Amino acid sequence: MKRLSRAGVPQQVPLVLVASAIVLAALTLIALVAPWIMPHDPGEFISNDVFAAPTRNALLGTDYLGRDLLSRLIASAPLTLGMAFAATMLAHVVGDSLGLYAALRGGWVDAVVSRMVDVILSLPKIIVGLVVLAALGPSVAVIIGICAVVYAAGVFRVARALGNDIVRQDYIVVAQARGEGLGWLLFAEILPQVAAPLASDFAIRMSFAVLFISSLSFLGLGVQPPMADWGGLVRENLDGLQAGSLAAIYPAAAIAITSIALNLLVDSLSERSIQGPAT
Amino acid sequence: MLQFLLRRLPASILLIWLVSVLIFVGCEVLPGDVAQVALGQSATAENVRALRTEFGLDRPALTRYADWLQGIVFHADWGRSITTRTPVSAMLAERLSNTLLLAGVTTLIAVPLALLIGLTMAIRSGSNYDRAASVAILGLAATPEFLIGTIAVLVFAVKLHWLPSTSYLSEGSGLTATARAILLPVGTLVIIATAQIARMTRAIVGNVLALPYIEMARLKGLAGARVVLVHALRNAIGPLANVIALNVAYLVSGVVVVETIFAYPGLARLMADSVQARDLPVVQACAMIFCATYIMLIVAADIIAYACDPKSGSQGRSA
Repeated sequence: MKRLSRAGVPQQVPLVLVASAIVLAALTLIALVAPWIMPHDPGEFISNDVFAAPTRNALLGTDYLGRDLLSRLIASAPLTLGMAFAATMLAHVVGDSLGLYAALRGGWVDAVVSRMVDVILSLPKIIVGLVVLAALGPSVAVIIGICAVVYAAGVFRVARALGNDIVRQDYIVVAQARGEGLGWLLFAEILPQVAAPLASDFAIRMSFAVLFISSLSFLGLGVQPPMADWGGLVRENLDGLQAGSLAAIYPAAAIAITSIALNLLVDSLSERSIQGPAT
Repeated sequence: MLQFLLRRLPASILLIWLVSVLIFVGCEVLPGDVAQVALGQSATAENVRALRTEFGLDRPALTRYADWLQGIVFHADWGRSITTRTPVSAMLAERLSNTLLLAGVTTLIAVPLALLIGLTMAIRSGSNYDRAASVAILGLAATPEFLIGTIAVLVFAVKLHWLPSTSYLSEGSGLTATARAILLPVGTLVIIATAQIARMTRAIVGNVLALPYIEMARLKGLAGARVVLVHALRNAIGPLANVIALNVAYLVSGVVVVETIFAYPGLARLMADSVQARDLPVVQACAMIFCATYIMLIVAADIIAYACDPKSGSQGRSA
């Protein structure tokens, strides 16, 4: 639709695209092989100095208890990225199924789910997260669950809107007339047509999830010690700032890099697409 | 217009009421009850029972909900804190004004700044400035508050000693002292909010610029700035108002992280602390205030968008 010329774009896109793809691939790799590439045990006290400056033994210095920061950073990558991925996956499985179903069938299911989604979207997400954590207590399952629910609402809207454009087309009408089952219609006929926009939504949504989960941990209400994710590492090393230590900055930067890379990837893939406000 | 208001306002009041039910029920379904949670696992049955009686938790849930809601609506009474035993409303009062100060000053700076950046990008669409600013804004909007906040503390408080790293606000402190105390938290929030609003401003105005009537205006030979500011902006005001209100609403809850970094005595930090202490009456009150503010800002955005839309009503709200 929007094929209007945007001069000079082709030169610039590949660079950002390639750079963000490399960063994301590297982060994924680190998360997958984390246990084998840590220089030290993340719980081991390697120095008597807390917030020590970087040395050859501890490349990023030590944390608030004298542990190797680099090892802790690597060790918490799987948890941070895994939780965000799981939550986004859950949000998409639920949101896409319901959204496409609502688009296909309409009726009371559409009406009821749409109203529920309206309510969820009219609440500030972090506040919802805080209330649920206050009630149920922080655990990895609760954090993934609430993150999935909060973001499934936005996914539902996107999937429903995309589905609405598809279900009016002849081939869907024909497939329905053939007597295809619901599962076939949703996942074999409609889903492939909307897979690309949903995939880019997945990446953006995952960057939100990383920030959301990290924020909760930063507030001390997410992942609880001795487990730690990047948000938790920022929190526990925050006092080091006064001593000029960068221990809190590295994990915060890791979160920022993940989130920025996801956004830049989608942005450059969609050819500087102009996206509306995310819900 | 009147019809629109008559439909939208009762709906939002209904929504706020629904939220109050959700918050109450949310805090009600937990294993054990408010007293059990506040005292923790190690509490004796006797202590729990005593606290339960003291706070009237032994009454049926419906009665307690009715009392709670009635207290808020008619007496601005939010109940008592379980940990400090003081009225919640007293705890809220000063925290609320501190958070409003933070959000208010941020909005006053961020909104004009963001509009300026977004519009100049749209005017010089496709230029190097537009492209560089797009990437910068995208990056900043995706950066967590705690990275910008911690870097700000490190640079301005620890290395340069220009500003305090924590924001102590005391009653009757002078204007300069207050300004120094809120400068870093406000700066952090301004960066994030400006990036987000500017990004969406650029997107919205860009969408309008793709419409045929703009092509027409350009073909008439009008200058780029005039096309954007006079022709495009009129059709963009509705969605822009929407985005700004949404971002202000985001600020209200986004302050949670910033208030924690700078130890700023605001409402959001009170809520985070109360969640940690599992002081549910305070959590309920804070959640109610945040959610109601958020809903009211969204409604305000809808009303502005409706009032500004040349085709009032036919378009509906933008997604």
